Parts: sequence; structure tokens; C-alpha cells
Amino acid sequence: MKNLKYLFVGIVFGLALTKGEAISWYRIQEMFLFQSFHMYGIFMTAVPIGALSILLIRRLKLRSLNGEEIEVPKKNYHHGVIIGGLIFGFGWALTGACPGPLYAQIGAGYTVTIATFVAAILGTWTYALLQPYLPD
Amino acid sequence: MEIVYKPWPWYVAGPVIGLTVPVLLLLGNKKLGISSTLRQLCAVCFPAKLPLLNYDWKKDVWNLYLVAGVLIGGFVGGKLFANPEPIDISVDTTDYLKSFGLSDPTGLMPAELFNWSSLTTLKGFLLMIVGGFMVGFGTRYARGCTSGHGILGLSALQWPSLLATISFFAGGILFSHFVLPLILSL
Repeated sequence: MKNLKYLFVGIVFGLALTKGEAISWYRIQEMFLFQSFHMYGIFMTAVPIGALSILLIRRLKLRSLNGEEIEVPKKNYHHGVIIGGLIFGFGWALTGACPGPLYAQIGAGYTVTIATFVAAILGTWTYALLQPYLPD
Repeated sequence: MEIVYKPWPWYVAGPVIGLTVPVLLLLGNKKLGISSTLRQLCAVCFPAKLPLLNYDWKKDVWNLYLVAGVLIGGFVGGKLFANPEPIDISVDTTDYLKSFGLSDPTGLMPAELFNWSSLTTLKGFLLMIVGGFMVGFGTRYARGCTSGHGILGLSALQWPSLLATISFFAGGILFSHFVLPLILSL
């Protein structure tokens, strides 16, 4: 079961999202209304720690456990990062959840999030359907 | 033992979330990105010959293990060891939500809005179904969400991810300030 280790990473990630209240609709509103530092604090510690560790991995030329050379993720620009990004932001404000928290909310017993989750799957599928007709 | 029920301050949760990036890279050269699993589940369930959904999703099966873990993490943190206290949001937000009749901030989301019976009301439909649809549509259009662009992309100093993250926040700020009040007043 070589994939089992990712289950454990997911558990810790999900626990941090949940206990950090990043899956809370209240915290998301508070963030977008600029009424608390909490969520910004999460981003402002998560990103530098991610950045610093990528820098270290690069400097030390570390390899992954399976001996692969670690390639640093490249994200290319396309107009979708702005158009899609805005649409996602609209949905984030309404649901109070981005994709990770959707899973965590369901796990936390908010079963109605299953409906939100199915709607998100439907949204992804609809994008796949309309992709040829939308500006990239 | 009380500590296991307590929420984590941002300076604990943030670093743990950030460390997911190198842990995944070191374990197997994997890239954090949760919204990919929405695409993956579409590809598994109904690919319908759509180009975006016909790819080798089995190659990324690790990511399904990861989100199964996120679900378990949500159960452990939000159910098994749920914080019994009302959520400690700012007074401004509490007062603001109270003005819309949301006066019971226990748990992680307002039960008055997010429950099965409100799904059939216009308010609930807009919040959960239309909102959820936009989350799925928008993240795929942007090819990433808060994790892939906001955490991983920014950590890797990718400027398109910065544009994406700015757009996520611009959209959210716009809707929280101007559209949500209209929906909550329904």
C-alpha cells in the first residue's frame, strides 16, 4: 500500500484545516470582511514555510523517497487564473469552503456539505463541457 | 485532555498546512492540489468523452487517498474532538451576522443556513448549490484552488498563482460585501 502514506498526510492536513477553523464559514466571512487576522495569519505562516522548504529542497538537491529528482511545480499563465479565480472566489464566499474544506466539513459531520460537494463536481464537469467555447 | 478539543491558533495551523508542501514533495514528488480530485472524480464517474476528463486519472490515485485523509481529519478534529465552545470570531463579525438573524455561532457553520431542509429554499440553494457549482467550475477554470495556487503555487513563487490567489480573494471580498447580504436578507 504505497499510497497509504498520503492518507496520513491527508489526515494531518485535514486536522490542521479543521482545528485551525479554516473550514469554518464564519472564519471565511470574517476574513473577507477584514474583521480578524486569523485566516491571514494561517496564509502568512503556511506560504513562507512552504517557500522556505522548497528553497531548501532545491539548494540541497534533495530527492524524493522513491529516488526521483524533485521538480518544482510550474504554473503557466492563462486567462482562466483570473476569470476562473474570480468565479471560485464568489463560490468561496457563499459556501465558506474551498475544495479541501469541503471534504473536511463532510468528515466533521456537516452532512449537507455533500450537496455542496456534488454541486462542485457538477461545476467541474460543466467546465469540462464548456472548455472549448470559453477563453482560455 | 482538554487541549485536544481546543481550536489551534493560526501560528500552529498555518505551519502544519505549509509543511504539507515539502512532505508531499519528499514522499513522492507529489504536488499539493485538492481541486484536482474534483476533476478526477468526474473522470472516474462520467468522463463522457470530454477532453479534460479523459486522462490517466489512475496515475493520481494518491490524491484520492489524501482527500480521504482530509475527510478523516475533519472527523477527528470537527466531530470526535469537536470544540464545545462557540467559535471565537471577532465581535464585529458576530454583530454583523446577528443583524441577519444568525445568532448561534456554535460549530463551524451556521446551522440556520446549512441544513438539508434549507436546500429547497432559494437562500439555501444559492448558498450551497450555486456556491458549490462556482467552486467546482472556477477552480477547474483556474486550474487550481487555495491549495494548488494559494499554498503550493505561492510557495514555489509562481506569479500566475499570485494572480489566481488575488482573484480568489477579489471574488470572495466582492461577494461577501455585496452579494451575501442580499442572499442573507432573502
